Amino acid sequence: MNAATVSQQAIPGTYLFDGRMAMKGYNLNRMCYSFNSADNRKKFKAFPEAYCHAYHLTREQIHAVTDLDVLRLLQVGGNIYYLAKLTGIYGMTVQDLGAQQTGRSIDEFRARLESQA
Amino acid sequence: MARIIGALTSSHIPSIGNAISNGKQQDAYWKRFFDGYQPVLQWLDAQQPDVAIVLYNDHGLNFFLNNLPTFAVGAAQEYITKDEGWGLPVFPAYHGYPEMSWHLIESLIEQEFDIAMCQEMAMDHAFINPMRLFWPNENPPKIKTIPVAINTVQFPLPRPARCFALGKAIGHAVASWPTDEKVVVIGTGGMSHQLDGERAGFINKKFDEMCMEALLNDPERLARYSALDLVREAGAQGAEIIMWLAARGALLGNVSKIHSSYHIPISNTAAGVLAMANQ
Repeated sequence: MNAATVSQQAIPGTYLFDGRMAMKGYNLNRMCYSFNSADNRKKFKAFPEAYCHAYHLTREQIHAVTDLDVLRLLQVGGNIYYLAKLTGIYGMTVQDLGAQQTGRSIDEFRARLESQA
Repeated sequence: MARIIGALTSSHIPSIGNAISNGKQQDAYWKRFFDGYQPVLQWLDAQQPDVAIVLYNDHGLNFFLNNLPTFAVGAAQEYITKDEGWGLPVFPAYHGYPEMSWHLIESLIEQEFDIAMCQEMAMDHAFINPMRLFWPNENPPKIKTIPVAINTVQFPLPRPARCFALGKAIGHAVASWPTDEKVVVIGTGGMSHQLDGERAGFINKKFDEMCMEALLNDPERLARYSALDLVREAGAQGAEIIMWLAARGALLGNVSKIHSSYHIPISNTAAGVLAMANQ
């Protein structure tokens, strides 16, 4: 199965991180990978746009980063494991991410999780 | 000859680490989850295994997308932990067992698993949290460890059937190790959950229950799913169940259940633990 075949088998509401997305998001994910270093997190937080430029992010990617818009970050090639290092800088938990992506409040998102027990 | 005495499979949710560090095991939110590990701890205490082979998935700490192996085996004297970027504590290094690692590597290549070999490897929460759950009183525990990383970051993921076969190959490798040591195989991740996309928050209890049952009695049934099927049924990160399947594969004897526990939700995830004995 090649990357294109995987992409075609869509699962609604799910962004499969296949070869096509990995190419598109390489620089964005590379930047997020750099956030494993506390020093880099500090540099990013001081001048986010300049930091994005240093990693050659596209205009579209920079906007998604500065807006902390998770669905757009996924659409421009971000991988959730790497994006978590970006959103973590702003103290966002995975419940915050879930609430934002599903258009719910945090309490509504938690209630949805609990409703599946 | 070394003997695999069982497999322990467990969720590795990051917040577990903070709950342990902050002593929240008896808090209302956490009590049921941590109580679910007690019978496994009693079994470990009675068995005192010498070696843990830990099948886990790296989340962008040790591997980046520039060089991403599908399967990678650690062959280090020790396994350090590092800053993952969002606040989990860094711990003293875990003990390695390079002699057995190289035996495992040689045997796997001989069995046509062309794995990557790593003499340095940093462990993230997917390794650390199950170790802290299973050995809560020591950090690091005395047990020697061999990490085996499976790619769940980047599609194409390895086929579940291939992960099951990798586990079997690990089982054969351990059986041909000359000294008499007790080995436990650990598979981490899952159960159903999805962090990303409009489907974030997806959990599938029915599928998780099927997985628990199949792992014990009919692992081939789970091995017949494709990786994409697992994403559909268990959520984007629920595909981590391939590590459980690989751990189960290493049990080549008669398998019986020691204990299982299941709880929704911990963080965004259906949390599960399943311990199986191998005789």
